[in-house]
Amino acid sequence: MNGAFADYKWAALVSDWTVFGEGFAHTVLVSGLALLLALLLGGFFGVLSSGSSKLAKGLARVYIESIQNTPLVIQVFFLYHALPHLGIMLPTFAVGVLGVGVYHGAYVSEVVRAGIQAVPRGQLEAAYSQGFSFWRAMRHIILPQAKRMAFPPLTNQAVSLIKNTSVLAMVAGGELMYQADSWSSSNLYYGPAYVATGILYIALCLPLATYARRLEEQTGVKG
Amino acid sequence: MIALQGIQKYFGANHVLKDIDLTVAPGEKLVVIGPSGSGKSTLIRSMNLLEMPSKGKIVVDGVDLTAPKAEVEKVRESVAMVFQQFNLYPHKTVLENLTLAPVLIKKVPKEAAEESGLAFLDRVGLKNKAHAYPAQLSGGQQQRVAIARALNMKPRVMLFDEPTSALDPEMIQEVLDVMVDLAKEGITMVVVTHEMGFARQVADRVIFMDAGRIIEQGTPEHFFVNPEHERTQLFLSKILRSH
Ligand SMILES: Nc1ncnc2c1ncn2[C@@H]1O[C@H](COP(=O)(O)OP(=O)(O)O)[C@@H](O)[C@H]1O
Ligand SMILES: [Mg+2]
Repeated sequence: MNGAFADYKWAALVSDWTVFGEGFAHTVLVSGLALLLALLLGGFFGVLSSGSSKLAKGLARVYIESIQNTPLVIQVFFLYHALPHLGIMLPTFAVGVLGVGVYHGAYVSEVVRAGIQAVPRGQLEAAYSQGFSFWRAMRHIILPQAKRMAFPPLTNQAVSLIKNTSVLAMVAGGELMYQADSWSSSNLYYGPAYVATGILYIALCLPLATYARRLEEQTGVKG
Repeated sequence: MIALQGIQKYFGANHVLKDIDLTVAPGEKLVVIGPSGSGKSTLIRSMNLLEMPSKGKIVVDGVDLTAPKAEVEKVRESVAMVFQQFNLYPHKTVLENLTLAPVLIKKVPKEAAEESGLAFLDRVGLKNKAHAYPAQLSGGQQQRVAIARALNMKPRVMLFDEPTSALDPEMIQEVLDVMVDLAKEGITMVVVTHEMGFARQVADRVIFMDAGRIIEQGTPEHFFVNPEHERTQLFLSKILRSH
């Protein structure tokens, strides 16, 4: 068979599988750390925007809106191309974690805020009446209950986060998409490269997406 | 124990508490009655600063809660509240509901908090439910747990905001029984309720509120025998007829 998916092209891909393996491992690592960062930022700003302080709410709004209303590409390019002009040189790995983590942190904030809002007001009042401060009430009383609401949409966030790490291919990120792209642009075997890469993304995302759907069915909470 | 001085409370343009001056003595059992929307909840919720008054001073146990740097959280440790909707923590077992705040906030050792918690559960007749979750209990049981949770803070003041109003009629008495039993102790109690039988049994003083003002106050007998104000008479005749 000849053409875009010729057998010898597949054979080349199989013999160079470490290129894809490296990219895959890199994607998993960047995604994991970015997800952790997104959860930390989202937890913090989600709680901030649920408090009574106008200043704190304003601060959270600025973060969430400025991130949600600009493309991820601009944020990544900013970290990669603009920061060096300010004397800050980040390794591409850090650009990946930071760029994608901060981006999804904004969306996680909204998920956390919605989860907190779904907890009846009386819970916070009961905690206050027992001497809890706002932050301790959040940690021990409110967030554990908000989690139930937030879990399906959070799982969906994890899926888009994994896919969005592919943006890092534009800044030589070393992750799956970049590896596939640089491998195939040297030998022009684009067909097998992109199909194989797609399958690897599916292998990461489909189980998560399925899990999210099952959670949605169980809890009745929409992602 | 509790002193409210010159309290005004506005929700936007809505003037909800008007010129409230009220002192609750240590150990006193105070019952608050009045029509719906008259400001009873707002009044009792300002006693632990769940509502911040727009004007005036609130002093609890010698601490001015309305002062700029007041240690409100510290005071709340000894002023417990029981809510109309119970507000138990649904993700915790009954016993955990009782021990959470004592352990985290008051730094009571976990074992001591559990021991006293079980004793209070026993007292409200629910020791066998220690490891159940709130959703597995009836309304009356949940409210008794809420009372035990409040007691496990070893408070000096107990605030009750219509603790039986959300209950099915057949469950009201079991909660009132616990409260009557509690009233035999030296603890200070402020109770918003329409249960006039309870008021007659335990109250040292009853206050009647209407449209944000304390209209009339006196002993329970005063209210039953010769309430002065027409509005009080009207209100009492209504609730006594419905019971
Ligand atoms: N959080 C709030 N925001 C705005 N208005 C409120 C709030 N809480 C109570 N009110 C209003 O204050 C008035 C008194 O309410 P409340 O103290 O709950 O009365 P009661 O407990 O006697 O029924 C009502 O008109 C009520 O609508
Ligand atoms: Mg009320």
